[in-house]
Amino acid sequence: MKPAPFTYHRAHDVRGAVESLHELGEDAKLIAGGQSLVAMMNFRLARPSALIDVNRIDALRYLRRDGEGLRIGALTTHHTVESSGSTAALAGFGVLSHAARWIGHYPIRTRGTIGGSIAHADSTAEWCLLAVLLDAQIVVRGQVGERSVAAADFFHGFLTTALEPEEMIVEILFPRPAPHAALSEFAQRKGDFAIVAAAVDLDVEDGVCSAGRIALGGVDAVPIRVPEAESLLQGAPATAETFRAAADAAAAAVEPGSDAHGDADYRRGLARTLIERACAQAIAV
Amino acid sequence: MKDLQLITLTVNGTEHELVVESRRTLADVLRHDLGYTGTHLGCEHGICGACTVLIDGSPARACLTFGVQADGCSISTVEGLASDGELSDLQRAFSERHALQCGFCTPGFLMLAEAYLAEYPNPSTEEVREVVAANLCRCTGYQGIVEAISDVARSRRESR
Repeated sequence: MKPAPFTYHRAHDVRGAVESLHELGEDAKLIAGGQSLVAMMNFRLARPSALIDVNRIDALRYLRRDGEGLRIGALTTHHTVESSGSTAALAGFGVLSHAARWIGHYPIRTRGTIGGSIAHADSTAEWCLLAVLLDAQIVVRGQVGERSVAAADFFHGFLTTALEPEEMIVEILFPRPAPHAALSEFAQRKGDFAIVAAAVDLDVEDGVCSAGRIALGGVDAVPIRVPEAESLLQGAPATAETFRAAADAAAAAVEPGSDAHGDADYRRGLARTLIERACAQAIAV
Repeated sequence: MKDLQLITLTVNGTEHELVVESRRTLADVLRHDLGYTGTHLGCEHGICGACTVLIDGSPARACLTFGVQADGCSISTVEGLASDGELSDLQRAFSERHALQCGFCTPGFLMLAEAYLAEYPNPSTEEVREVVAANLCRCTGYQGIVEAISDVARSRRESR
């Protein structure tokens, strides 16, 4: 179908984008890569009165490392992260470039952006899951200035976030490297939205997990951490048995819904399998 | 009320200046306003990939980008592949390997492969399989398409 009419506005910097959001009112929307938004507009599931195109704000396309961690500009495309795996900025963050390959398809990844994906907040989205797993900070800017929201507090529900109507995401900050982390997911077809996605981040030394984090997408309205499973990793040997016990605990702890793509039991089964898979990949790297 | 925008698009090397409605997708701008009907529209929501074109060299779904967003960009469509009536190596390989039957999806596959091989000249068969999963073909079962793209990767490597 064709999208409903809207007025088009191009922002040349963040300040201009935020001012336009203020002037054009609540029905205005920012458009970055547009890979989710335009599809929703073509279906007329979304009918913004105005679009503010932020794609020309090249200052928000970067991958940068400093004392606080890895900073990714909001308009960095999935494909840029995917193909930056061997750069110094991503040292210790290989999980990001590996996980990017799960996002849609090549021609989607060249347009779609990390900030757009986080703002869209699909609960199975790879960036949302990794942001929650790796305790990322979502840096947003509004009329009054900048603030930083922990990923754990950012996702409020189905496609709903802590972002205020007149704010824009400008950066995702990943505070600590995750050399033993991996993401795995399952969909009926390659590139489809995951039915369930699992991501793990292990602290491993001399074959022992001192700590571990496990995040799941597709089992709740937002990506979630599973403390019941994480506690089983603490101080345990980094073996298949440990990972299976954690995966079992996670499957028992979550309460997924049922839909046409899979019922609750099926999703629990997927969560179990995918956590085991992600753990095995995480210690292999 | 229509929201109209004046834009410039360079399509296959030819510059066009035109006025478009903001809500017009790049695919519709190419087809209806500029007559580049080689770009096909299947699903209009980013699943089928039939409308794949290159925007400044990168592959993109022309149904998921508004024409006005491509203002000032260089667009490559399937019409730009052949030169002087001669099919490109990729088009010839699609013909030789029976990589099309009805042909509806073919422009999208050709542009996808064109962009992919430019960025990744040495793909494995598995990698080619993965990249063509981006587009839907209901006729061929993909085998011919994978073979055609792999053939061209090989022959371009050998001629370098």
